[in-house]
Amino acid sequence: MTLEMLNLSVAIPELFLLALACGVLVVDVYLRDARRNVSYVLSQLGLLLILVLILVNPAADTQLAFNGLFVSDPLSTVLKAVVVILVMLVFVYSRRYLQQRDIFKGEFYVLGLFALLGMMVMISANHFLSIYLGLELLSLCLYAMVAFDRDNPNAAEAAMKYFVLGAIASGMLLYGMSMVYGMTGSLVIDEVASAIEQLPENNIVLVFGLVFMVIGLAFKLGAVPFHMWVPDVYHGSPTTVTSFIASAPKVAAFAMIIRLLAEGMGSLHADWQGMLVILAVLSMVLGNVIAIAQTNLKRMLAYSTISHVGFIMLGLLAGPEEGYAAAMFYTIVYALMSLGGFGVIILLTRKGVEADELNDFKGLNQRSPWFAFIMLILIFSMAGVPPTVGFWAKLAVLKAVVNIDMLWLALVAVFFSIIGVYYYLRIIKLMYFDEAEDNSAIECRADMQIALSANGLSVLMLGLFPAALMSICVAAFA
Amino acid sequence: MFADWPLLSLVVWLPIIGGIAVLMSGDRGDSEGSRRLALIVALATFVLSLGLYTNFDSSTAAMQFVERHAWIDAFDIYYHLGVDGLSMPLIILTTFTTILVILAGWQVIQKRASQYLAAFLIMEGLMNGVFAALDSMFFYVFWEAMLIPMFIIIGVWGGPRRVYATIKFFIYTFFGSVFMLVAMIYMYYQSGSFAILDMHNLPLSMLEQSLIFFAFLAAFAVKVPMWPVHTWLPDAHVEAPTGGSVILAAIMLKIGGYGFLRFSLPITPDASLAYDWLMIALSLIAVVYIGFVALVQTDMKKLVAYSSIAHMGFVTLGLFIIFRIWGNADGIDSNGASLAVEGAMVQMVSHGFISGALFLMIGVLYDRMHSRNIADYGGVVNSMPVFAAFAVFFAMANAGLPGTSGFVGEFMVILAAFKANFWIAFLAATTLILGAAYTLWMVKRVFYGEIKNDKVKALQDINPRERLIMWVLAVAVLALGLYPAPLVDVMHVSVDNLLQHVAQSKLP
Repeated sequence: MTLEMLNLSVAIPELFLLALACGVLVVDVYLRDARRNVSYVLSQLGLLLILVLILVNPAADTQLAFNGLFVSDPLSTVLKAVVVILVMLVFVYSRRYLQQRDIFKGEFYVLGLFALLGMMVMISANHFLSIYLGLELLSLCLYAMVAFDRDNPNAAEAAMKYFVLGAIASGMLLYGMSMVYGMTGSLVIDEVASAIEQLPENNIVLVFGLVFMVIGLAFKLGAVPFHMWVPDVYHGSPTTVTSFIASAPKVAAFAMIIRLLAEGMGSLHADWQGMLVILAVLSMVLGNVIAIAQTNLKRMLAYSTISHVGFIMLGLLAGPEEGYAAAMFYTIVYALMSLGGFGVIILLTRKGVEADELNDFKGLNQRSPWFAFIMLILIFSMAGVPPTVGFWAKLAVLKAVVNIDMLWLALVAVFFSIIGVYYYLRIIKLMYFDEAEDNSAIECRADMQIALSANGLSVLMLGLFPAALMSICVAAFA
Repeated sequence: MFADWPLLSLVVWLPIIGGIAVLMSGDRGDSEGSRRLALIVALATFVLSLGLYTNFDSSTAAMQFVERHAWIDAFDIYYHLGVDGLSMPLIILTTFTTILVILAGWQVIQKRASQYLAAFLIMEGLMNGVFAALDSMFFYVFWEAMLIPMFIIIGVWGGPRRVYATIKFFIYTFFGSVFMLVAMIYMYYQSGSFAILDMHNLPLSMLEQSLIFFAFLAAFAVKVPMWPVHTWLPDAHVEAPTGGSVILAAIMLKIGGYGFLRFSLPITPDASLAYDWLMIALSLIAVVYIGFVALVQTDMKKLVAYSSIAHMGFVTLGLFIIFRIWGNADGIDSNGASLAVEGAMVQMVSHGFISGALFLMIGVLYDRMHSRNIADYGGVVNSMPVFAAFAVFFAMANAGLPGTSGFVGEFMVILAAFKANFWIAFLAATTLILGAAYTLWMVKRVFYGEIKNDKVKALQDINPRERLIMWVLAVAVLALGLYPAPLVDVMHVSVDNLLQHVAQSKLP
């Protein structure tokens, strides 16, 4: 094996990220608590550099590295840029939150960076093993991040739950992969794909493996009936960690589904389409209906996530190209909205006040008209009301679904989004129609204000000019 | 004037950008600056929209002032604006009404005034967009986006049960519109284009047409509103601030009627023919039954709200009775049918003026007395003689007195209905009695009789600002009533063109 065969230049952003994570880990050891900002700034600058590295050298075609374990293609370029931006935003949002709770430690950034590395490996995986490796790297970091506020019993419980269920999901996924390996004799995704085409149809073992893989993926994405961990983990984690879990990893999970199901098992599309229909419908029904009963905003957004996952599944099952592009658009948009929503919660927190109950949002329009407006945009985007980008995401998915002649599925989807509107409107009602109970001023640093405003306005701007992002998504699957 | 300007873009975007500017101007001090700015924006938009009228070529049914640019390539969605004789009058109605609404809230709204004004301006732009959009997705964006400012207006500045009313309003309308969205996507795959005019020429089987017809019906019937999906309207009207009620009654309801004209009739003519009995029945229920419901109301705003539903029944009746008229006359009797549709259009514009005036009047009383209860009033004429004169005039207009605009539309529709069926016309004509009964009875109880209440005795007559609003509306009502030709002329060719479309079967 020579160095050329590794083709390292394809994976430069990942290599940089690895070096960065290790660097922050080392530097942080030598910092006094008062200088902890250095770890933060170092991480942000490193991420900025990685983002530039990704963007200046976008993959024009498919290039393999590490003997076929790793692939770089237009899809991976876009998704990597998105996850890096999302993680940078999470870091901006979390600084003050962590400081106020005395958990402003370098480990947060180290874990975050390693999680990002895991996501990027998942996005660029061309091999069952690299997918699994990336997924586990991501998951282990997330388990630790959920328990980051270690004196908080809720967080510890959430971490435990997340770990146990996550481990089961990983096991399912691995079990499914082993069956597929048994039938196809390969772990490389394109070889698996061509091997499956050679096999006779209705191969029981293969379909069995497929079922286990879909279950594993559904667990990770949080689709009903494998959603049980989502509300508890979202609720129990420190809000910054929730914002992390709710944004970038969903994009990585989307990439994983594309790699495994669309690219690896594309010829079994009819088989997994049926499974995704069930998952999608159940997610939309349960997510939207149960969200109505929530009084905690983090839990409500958790159920809202579940319903969004249902929509993403709709796009995936409506593949190939148009549906995948729609699902990708939806996933990116979802990650932006969800991150913004949790960002506003973080904005309202103070020392000792988590501000995650719905009632904490009462009268936000009096306390801060601007951030009430940002939240308004985000909420209407989640509800899918134009002119926000959430509408175009829903439209893209519905269009793809109608195109494969599953009109009934589109009708189910719109019906449950009507139900969804109800709980979204409740948040607006609290912010705009009710009087504030807590009139304390909202204090936060300029960097967070700018980042959060940009996050909220991006949802509006993308709603007015969705063409560019949509073309990028379409091009990624062309 | 303005002939080379992109007028439609201006009437859509000027109020929206102006609204954002008003929002930015903030609520420091007495908001006087915000009010002035809002008024200037509204006046400028109105003047620009008049350019649409003066430059309008009423000899063609083609879309005019067309602007078409690629917007979202991946979806084939275009930034596509244009008006014909059906939409242009409604745009002017919108820009006109917004000025009055801003004037009406001048002193009353003190709480977050800039947000209030901005919401109305943004809504004005969005409503203009609904009327001007020629791409169905573009239309849908405006159609839904319009809900957001209205939701906020009712919820923030509304009455005690505002939260219930506004959420009901939002969910009802949202419910109706999502099915329309699916129908539009479906037609996109049949015709390969989101352009509304391409959808007009799309052949569709009876099953497809029926499903699309009902999807559109869900959207437009809620907006109009038609019985039995009208229940959001009285709640929304009662709780909304005066300006919100005016916009709801004067414009938002018209959007439902416009939707039938622009989408249901030309896209699904065969389904419209097959289900015209349903539409006629629902319209007559609105006219007769809702008329009786209005009679027993004790709340003035609720009464006018129900009267709006009854009057909008005439619009839907006029639109869907054309098939019966054609059925009776051998071949196509374009006179009768175009009389019906033009009557419906005139009724829409006229109802915009009259219901706006009535809600503004109730607003005037409510600002002074903080009650909408008819029983709290009596003998108002003694303390507010000028106001009472206007009130009687608008009440007469609402009852359809000849010479006012209320008469023209109703008369045209009833006349056309006689060509269809005597009994339909008979039932529709009961509105002349019912409308007079509930409106004039309300006026009698509020304005005449003994002064029961010391507060009434102390009432101040309307101030010059309110007087200006009343005069403007009164002139509009009279002008349209005495000489409706300018309105009918611009729409005539478009209506005929529409009817030719509807008369052709689209079955493949």
